[in-house]
Amino acid sequence: MHEMGIAQELVRIALEALPRDLKDPKVASLNLRIGKLSSVVPHSLTFCFEIITRDTPLEHARLDIETVPVVIRCDTCGRQWEADTPVFRCPDCENGQVRMISGREIDIDSLTLME
Amino acid sequence: MEIKIRKNILEKNLTEADKNRSFFREKKVFVLNMMSSPGSGKTQTLCRTLAQLMPDIQVGVIVGDICTTNDADRLAKTGAKVTQINTDQFGGDCHLTAPMIDTAARQLGCDDLDLLIVENIGNLVCPAEFDIGENARVVVLSVTEGEDKPVKYPLMFQVSDAAILNKVDLLPYLEFDAALAVENMKTVHPGMPVFELSAKTGQGFEPWLEWLRQQL
Repeated sequence: MHEMGIAQELVRIALEALPRDLKDPKVASLNLRIGKLSSVVPHSLTFCFEIITRDTPLEHARLDIETVPVVIRCDTCGRQWEADTPVFRCPDCENGQVRMISGREIDIDSLTLME
Repeated sequence: MEIKIRKNILEKNLTEADKNRSFFREKKVFVLNMMSSPGSGKTQTLCRTLAQLMPDIQVGVIVGDICTTNDADRLAKTGAKVTQINTDQFGGDCHLTAPMIDTAARQLGCDDLDLLIVENIGNLVCPAEFDIGENARVVVLSVTEGEDKPVKYPLMFQVSDAAILNKVDLLPYLEFDAALAVENMKTVHPGMPVFELSAKTGQGFEPWLEWLRQQL
C-alpha cells in the first residue's frame, strides 16, 4: 500500500504547476498515465487523493487515469507485443532476452482548471 | 484550461536514487537490494551469506522494517556493520525510499565497505516500485509460499536481477512444486538466474555466493 506516498507526491507536483498569478484556482481534473504493471491500485490512489486534498485547490478534482498497456520487445528477434498476462517470454524465439517498452508509468500528464 | 506537466510522480525519489548511486560509486561500494515477502528467510540467508563472505569482503547492512530491530540484532552478530530503518516514523511505509537509504548509508559510513546490502521490508508489491540507488536487486521466495507468487506479483520478479528459492530442505515435507516455481519466475523474467538453496542447512549455497562475488 504505497498509494498514499504517490498521492502526496502527485499533490505536490500539481500544486507547483498551478500559475502563481491565478486567484483562487480550482482544479477540475488531473490526467494520469499509470502502467498496467506499476502495482498502483487506481481506487486506492483515488481514495488517498480525496483525503489529502481537502481544503486545497485540488479538492473535488477528478483523477482521469489512462491505463498504459505492458508492451514488450524481444532483444533477440525484435518481436514486439502487448502482454495481457505476466508472460514475458518471446512467443517466437522463446529464449530471447526481453525488455519492457511500456507498462511501468506512474506519470502526471496534465491538469485541467475549472472554467 | 489545460496545463501540461508531463512528470513521473516518483521523480523526486528517482532523483534521490541517482544521488545515492553517485555517492556509492564514489565510495566504491556495491549495493544489493534484497526483497521478499515476510518470512521467506531473507535475514537467515543474509546471516549465512555474511558468514561466508567476511572478512575477505567488508559488508554493511541496512535493515528496513516497520517496527522492531530484531533482524538488525541477528545480523550484527555476524560482525557486519548494521543499521536499522524503522518506517513507523514515516507512517509505517511498507517499502524503503531513496532518501531513507541516503540517511542510513551516511549513518553507517561506507568508506571501508565493499558491499552494502539493503534488506528491504517484507512485501512483494511496493519495494519493487522504488529505486533506492542500488546496483542489483535480488528477490527471495521460499517453498512455504505458493508456486504462483511470481505470476501474482510479476513486477517484483521482473525488476530483480536474480532470485533465490529458499528453504529447499523442507521440500520432502511439502507439496510445493519447485520446478513450477522456477518456471513461473522465468516466465515473468526470462534469463534471470534462480538459486535453489537452504539458508538453514547451507544446501545449494555456493552458486549464490559465486554469483554475488562476481557482481562485486
